[in-house]
Amino acid sequence: MTTTATDPDVVARALPEGRGRRRRGLRLPSPKLGVGLAICGLIALFGLVGPLVVGDPDAVDNVGLAPPGGGYLLGTTQTGQDVFAQLAWATRGSLVIGLVVGLLAVGLAAVFGVIGAYAGGWVDEGFSLFSNVMLVIPGLPLIIVISSYVADKSIWLIALVLALTSWAGGARVLRGVTLSLRSRDYVSASRVSGERTWRILLVEILPNLVPLLASLFIFAVIGAILGEAGLAFIGLGASGSWTWGTMLFWAGNGLALRLGALWWFVPPGLMIALFGAGLAMINFAIDEIIDPKLRLQTRAARRRWRRPSDVGSSGGAGARA
Amino acid sequence: MSVLELRDVTKEYRLRGEGLRGRTLRAVDGVSLVLEAGKTVALVGQSGSGKSTVAKILMQLERPTSGQVLLDGRPVGRRGRALREYRSAVQMVFQDPFASLNPFHTIAHHLERPLRLHGRARSAEDVEREVHHLLERVRLEPAAVVAQRKPHELSGGQRQRVAIARALAPQPSVLVADEPVSMLDVSIRLGVLNLLATLQRESDLGVLYITHDLATARHFSDEILVMLDGRVVERGPSDRVILDPQHEYTRLLLDASPNPEKRLAT
Repeated sequence: MTTTATDPDVVARALPEGRGRRRRGLRLPSPKLGVGLAICGLIALFGLVGPLVVGDPDAVDNVGLAPPGGGYLLGTTQTGQDVFAQLAWATRGSLVIGLVVGLLAVGLAAVFGVIGAYAGGWVDEGFSLFSNVMLVIPGLPLIIVISSYVADKSIWLIALVLALTSWAGGARVLRGVTLSLRSRDYVSASRVSGERTWRILLVEILPNLVPLLASLFIFAVIGAILGEAGLAFIGLGASGSWTWGTMLFWAGNGLALRLGALWWFVPPGLMIALFGAGLAMINFAIDEIIDPKLRLQTRAARRRWRRPSDVGSSGGAGARA
Repeated sequence: MSVLELRDVTKEYRLRGEGLRGRTLRAVDGVSLVLEAGKTVALVGQSGSGKSTVAKILMQLERPTSGQVLLDGRPVGRRGRALREYRSAVQMVFQDPFASLNPFHTIAHHLERPLRLHGRARSAEDVEREVHHLLERVRLEPAAVVAQRKPHELSGGQRQRVAIARALAPQPSVLVADEPVSMLDVSIRLGVLNLLATLQRESDLGVLYITHDLATARHFSDEILVMLDGRVVERGPSDRVILDPQHEYTRLLLDASPNPEKRLAT
């Protein structure tokens, strides 16, 4: 058939020279990355710029439970607070928690997972024992316990506890992968070349862990935002700062659902869902960029989906695409 | 002129999960060998006979349980500068070119590191010139293009040439080649082996050629050592071992390898 000659993959296979180069340079490696980055970028921008332009989220007004429009973009709460202003500040708060927890958790996981596995012996035994102990410490109950001791819980304390209780799983995953990487021939080859241990770890092993670190980071961010929302929803959130969770808490407290005040609880809920979806898409795309094999697999799978429909309606296939 | 010697080396591995105390596996049992400049020694044996463990011990990737590795009659340093000096003199080509190059880095990176580590080139221009020179020595041209490639953009034979170039970068006097062509397509094996032979002659290298292929062992080496279960069961000049095998295992290996002449004779 003539379509085989114009199939880009067939042409690419026939011309192996520089094929990866051309593709990589010109367009985004996958539409998932574009969509995910757009969603997360817009939300991050809103969190950065929003609080600068909106009014005081705590200011009380006479117009309680006003629907969107009429001076308030997203309506008001029971006590007449501006939902849009609250959403802007809550976005900033949730993103800060997500970012801090993500960085801390991945950092801890990398230190305990990678170094332990590469060093081996007693260091490995000790580190994995410690990770295993941390793994079984549940985060939410720990915070409930802590909150009964600490009167003024700052956003940083919440972030710290969430990070300390969420890195251990990642450390175990990293340990497993590092154990397999350290026995690869290219690591032995670097040792034979005379490379120093820290350089082997940082330059030879770590880059191959990047997709894993990225996905651990993204999952840690999602987990932290959800965890904080859960804590805030049961009234154990950071005191005196806005997050998506505290918004939901006040909405629940103010019987928003029973009063039908959709504009009050839908925006923060939607933000959590959108941000999570965006991060997940970035995650898939990162996997495909760094592991070319995976990208080929995706492409092959996509071809397999397309093939049967092409056979069925070969005439309209080109027009539809 | 360097001489690398393995003197009565034994390596035992402790196996876990076999009873309370664990069991030990003797992978290498009292092996001695000498590698001289300009000579090729073939180490022949089946899978699991301890050939690769010998290579790892020679490269200081494993410590022998007993016995010594001597370079020019002196014991080899285990760490720091002494170890790096040793690695300037002794280098290795790994078996699997698909695993021995880091998929994350360019070909240039793989050659630059040993050049810098062993002080063969310092300034950026020197390094680039040396990288291109190394690639040309292993017949990978145009060097400037190949240097910027990632390993997955090269074929198995090309990758193994890169691995050879990397081993040559510190300008060693001894090269350990652990089954350098076993993972390659049959059609390109001879090319890689001929390249190794040419490089050996050019630089007067001592080569330990580890293989399970008696035919190429005879063709490319001066001396053959046959290993079985960690022990050297037969050693001698290549032609003598092939034409007049003493040990029954060597005879078994010879019978197992295809030999067109023998079929004509019978």
